[in-house]
Amino acid sequence: MAQRRLRVMVAKPGLDGHDRGARVLSRCFRDAGYEVIYTGCHQTPEQIAAAAIQEDVDMVGLSCLSGAHRYLFPAVKKLLVEKGADDIVVVGGGIIPDQDFKLLYDAGITALFTPGTTLESIVEWINTNVKPR
Amino acid sequence: MYFAKELLDQSSTLRKKWEDEVKRVVAKNPDQKPEPLWSTVSDLPIKRLYTPEDIKDMNFAEDISYPGQFPYIRGNQVTGYRGKFWTFRMFSGMGDAKTTNERWHLLLKEGQTGLSTAFDFPTLMGYDSDSPKARGECGKCGVAIDTLEDFMQLVDGVPMDKVTTSMTINPPATALWAMYCAAAQIRGIPLDKIGGTIQNDMLKEFIAQKTLMCPPEPSVKLISDTVEFGTKYVPRWNTISISGYHIREAGSTAVQELAFTLRDGMEYVEDVLRRKGLDIDSFAMRLSFFYNSHIDFFEEIAKLRAARRIWAKAMRDRYKAKDPRSWWMRFHTQTAGCSLTAQQPYNNVVRTATEALAAVLGGTQSLHTNSLDEVLCLPSDHAVQIALRTQQIIAEETGAANTIDPLAGSYFVEALTNEMEEQAWDYIHKIDDMGGMVSAIEKGFPQLEISDAAYKYQRQIDANEKIMIGVNKYVSEKVEPIPFLEIDDSVETEQIARLTAVKRKRDNKAVKKCLDDLKNACKKGENVMPYCIEAVKELASVQEICDVYREVFGEYRDPGLY
Repeated sequence: MAQRRLRVMVAKPGLDGHDRGARVLSRCFRDAGYEVIYTGCHQTPEQIAAAAIQEDVDMVGLSCLSGAHRYLFPAVKKLLVEKGADDIVVVGGGIIPDQDFKLLYDAGITALFTPGTTLESIVEWINTNVKPR
Repeated sequence: MYFAKELLDQSSTLRKKWEDEVKRVVAKNPDQKPEPLWSTVSDLPIKRLYTPEDIKDMNFAEDISYPGQFPYIRGNQVTGYRGKFWTFRMFSGMGDAKTTNERWHLLLKEGQTGLSTAFDFPTLMGYDSDSPKARGECGKCGVAIDTLEDFMQLVDGVPMDKVTTSMTINPPATALWAMYCAAAQIRGIPLDKIGGTIQNDMLKEFIAQKTLMCPPEPSVKLISDTVEFGTKYVPRWNTISISGYHIREAGSTAVQELAFTLRDGMEYVEDVLRRKGLDIDSFAMRLSFFYNSHIDFFEEIAKLRAARRIWAKAMRDRYKAKDPRSWWMRFHTQTAGCSLTAQQPYNNVVRTATEALAAVLGGTQSLHTNSLDEVLCLPSDHAVQIALRTQQIIAEETGAANTIDPLAGSYFVEALTNEMEEQAWDYIHKIDDMGGMVSAIEKGFPQLEISDAAYKYQRQIDANEKIMIGVNKYVSEKVEPIPFLEIDDSVETEQIARLTAVKRKRDNKAVKKCLDDLKNACKKGENVMPYCIEAVKELASVQEICDVYREVFGEYRDPGLY
């Protein structure tokens, strides 16, 4: 039986409006053959977690360039775990200083992609590490 | 015709000779890359050489002329930069009002000549620091302002009747401008003595920057309120800074930045004319603009020159403004944040210097130069000093300010200016045909045009068709750590405590009455500004004012187009 296509959510948590990366990645994921759900800006962690579960996605990609990732990324992961969706892979991107990587990995964020990462390498990472649930 | 026939004939003959030579040389030594890749960062094709023939159809008086004369392509000021340099205006704000006030005083001491405020995301979106939506964001991307108390601290020691202050604030612009007005009045400075700018450009928020609150229609109405109030009572204030900066940062091309910005400007003009019935010449001169200066040197210079000419033509011919000052496009420029790289961050100093020089050669009236660390964090004191010095070196060492519009008459620069103008008008007419910018935004037109361009550019970077040094060429394994300015999470706790104390001590009955009055004014379609000023004086918060707007006008959510 053919595997179903990956379902990927691109989400913008918090009040940050820098959505260029999120929009470019949504297009890239669409072209890579995934089913893409893009939330648009200004989603609360609660909204993102609820939508991810409702849409039955395999991965959530969080994008934040405002500096609030330290609070927002772990908050999304925690809510997913609480709702029993700990198998949804959560990755993040944006302006994430090196010194925050450990905090985010410890909170269950699987991978972080920072400026300069190629689209191709992100798709390759997803194809290797994310499987349909 | 711009040149005599004799010269054009000569040019044509010599060009053919040169073209034959090119063919011969290229057959032996091919170019470094194929023809289509010799293009601007925005993908505008550039020819190997430009000649008099490329600008032969120009009309000197209508298309070029002199500084201070229509079409102002050579600048608004008759004396250029000799009378006064552009304003050195560094965008800054971080943490709480006190920290930002200290940075402002440092910058003024170092020779900055105008102030510019960066607010944090909760303030930008009209939420107070204690809102659940503000969690994690307080003071991070700019300064947190909740009430007039914070604001008084922000402008402490700032000579408000001498230094002009720009505030990058959009949905809550009425509330923050009201605070500036109230602060001036409390200090005994009359409103007609204060000068500055509020960004107050909601159309580009829907298109690009995405600090959103109410739907487009009432958002434009609030902007027209500020234009009317400024025209009557605060005549030295620029009530809109019509901005292409964020459109470009969101991934647009230079032509899209030019076209969407100017069409946004036309939308505001039309709304004020229609809704307020003001005479075009009473307010047009207070409209200001804000452009990006990206890394493609000549494209940026051409863009800024084209922008002045398009606006002059639009104001004179489309809106029938009679006062020449209404034809001026005055603008601030910021170097391109999106051109900077986290890799090898010291290279960013060179990028910023190049972009700043383009802005100056394009005739900017005001300039922010990005700091080398802005791709990673808010700028540190040292990085911001280098950025300011970059402007001072351009102004006082390079000679770039000696003569006005030094690139005028360049076959290439004039041809590129013409081409960008033509392409911008095509977009402007297309948006006219859609029923204007509000309607184009509702259809998602500018948003998707920008997404197309952003995606294409990223693909070109990934394919090494466009180069970013340190990212896809000359990559260095060695990481150069740079000092990092971090905003402590304690800013949030302290700011919330301050707000709680204000809410406890103020006259809450008076606040409620002010907010009720504001609500009634909104419902009746009255100008909100006088009500906002009363409300902030009673220490109503930014969110309390914005909640009134949300209640009366409704909330707008990002449709998430990509």
